[in-house]
Amino acid sequence: MVVEKSYDEINEKIKKGKAVVVTAEEIIDIVKEKGVEKAAREVDVVTTGTFGTMCSSGAFLNFGHAKPRIKMNRAYLNGVPAYAGIAAVDAYIGATALPESDPENRVYPGRFLYGGGHVIEDLVAGKPVKLEASGYGTDCYPRRHIETWITLEEINDAVLFNPRNAYQNYGAAVNTSDKTIYTYMGVLSPHLGNVSYSTSGQLSPLLNDPCYQTTGVGTRIFLGGGIGYVAWHGTQHSPTVSRGENKVPLDGAGTLALIGDLKQMSSEWLRGVSYLGYGASMAVGIGVPIPILNEEILSFTAVTDDEIYAPIIDYSFAYPEREPGNLGRVSYAELRSGTIKLQGKEVMTTPLSSYAKAREIAGILKEWITEGSFLLTEPVHGLPSLDSGITMKTLEEKNNR
Amino acid sequence: MVANKFVMRFSSAIVDQPIIYKLVKDYDLVINFLKADINPHKEGYVVLELSGDSENYNRGLEYLKSIGVDVAPLSGTICWNPDRCLQCGACASFCPTGALFMTEPDKEVHFDGSKCIVCESCLDVCMARAVEVRF
Repeated sequence: MVVEKSYDEINEKIKKGKAVVVTAEEIIDIVKEKGVEKAAREVDVVTTGTFGTMCSSGAFLNFGHAKPRIKMNRAYLNGVPAYAGIAAVDAYIGATALPESDPENRVYPGRFLYGGGHVIEDLVAGKPVKLEASGYGTDCYPRRHIETWITLEEINDAVLFNPRNAYQNYGAAVNTSDKTIYTYMGVLSPHLGNVSYSTSGQLSPLLNDPCYQTTGVGTRIFLGGGIGYVAWHGTQHSPTVSRGENKVPLDGAGTLALIGDLKQMSSEWLRGVSYLGYGASMAVGIGVPIPILNEEILSFTAVTDDEIYAPIIDYSFAYPEREPGNLGRVSYAELRSGTIKLQGKEVMTTPLSSYAKAREIAGILKEWITEGSFLLTEPVHGLPSLDSGITMKTLEEKNNR
Repeated sequence: MVANKFVMRFSSAIVDQPIIYKLVKDYDLVINFLKADINPHKEGYVVLELSGDSENYNRGLEYLKSIGVDVAPLSGTICWNPDRCLQCGACASFCPTGALFMTEPDKEVHFDGSKCIVCESCLDVCMARAVEVRF
């Protein structure tokens, strides 16, 4: 390759305020106009963004010690249970946790108005959150119960740790049955009434780095309005799925586990959400910078929505029954147009992740890097890639007797 | 000129009568259907906007009441909170009248209350609970 740049060279330019930073949307026209080599020479960083529901998210909290001390083995935040099976005053509040009083789907479809994602949003917004915890009492932790109010500022630690975010591509959802269904892909009307989809396509982090050439463990990112890091590959990271000639996966593939200090994040980019008939969760804002180390990396960032395809999955049967197969593939350009043609029918498209907000995140990250306040990090460990041999395992029922 | 939106419920006894025809012909009212569900020999309802000069408008409403149509003003209003909105656009795909819509190329969600028929479809699909119905 003709163009070769190092992380150090790019960071030096960022520090001097001389780095050329563009978004994953802006790079498309630059490459069209100037060609790959010239663009790779001129552009130092491409920023990506995504803002959508990411259920595998949550936060580790350390509340500080009460007097007398308590070893919490049950903890509730605004009535939402947090996992307390770790040290005395540590807990993990997961995005999809629900209060025990929630009617769930007993009144179908349930509304799931408040859950763990909403607790995290409230904490980040600086609102007081009610903590109720109980323990069984020990010699070193005699207290058995505490009821108090906490704020994000007053507790020792709050670390967002999301085991699976930023899915690299994802299936589009339809319903072929004759009744409305309520799913994590939103409300799906009967007889192919709509098709819902949830990625930011040409702006999405891992669709711009399809072979994980620059995104790895330790990559500094925009997370929830603050700074975060790639902690590991996400759960269900599945890099070996089939790909197009442009190396873009044709189905859900890579994922990221992300970590960051919740105290510097913003409730604008961590938002509790409620899916009718499905549950509560959290929308997470993520932006990953891609250093342009060479032409190949740059050419991947120029991917467009008409080159990224999602499989169409029937959520009334194939998905719940874990049956393979799809009803065809559709490009994100078609999905974004408002309707697609499917089985001879015009089907309206329902976006679930926000393209406008993804664009805003890529723009904010661009600004941070341009003004010199955000330096790039070289991964300390790569993500398992196309040659990893990873295949998704399934859960089978076994009779142990 | 008077113009207002109403929900009108018809009992099965009068659902076969040409009521709308009479409103137009005898009372010179302008009728804009927003939503309707009328089945022969069953109850039905329509959501519509009635407009006309105030005398005809009042006489038209009197006529409706006299033949047993349950006439209620469209009282609920959908409120859209742009600060709660995540800008995903799911509501716009379900909104039958385009009251909630996305603009190009910015892909931002907007709300035009004058087009809203309070069908409440958006309430079911908004994950952010950025829309609510107020009475």
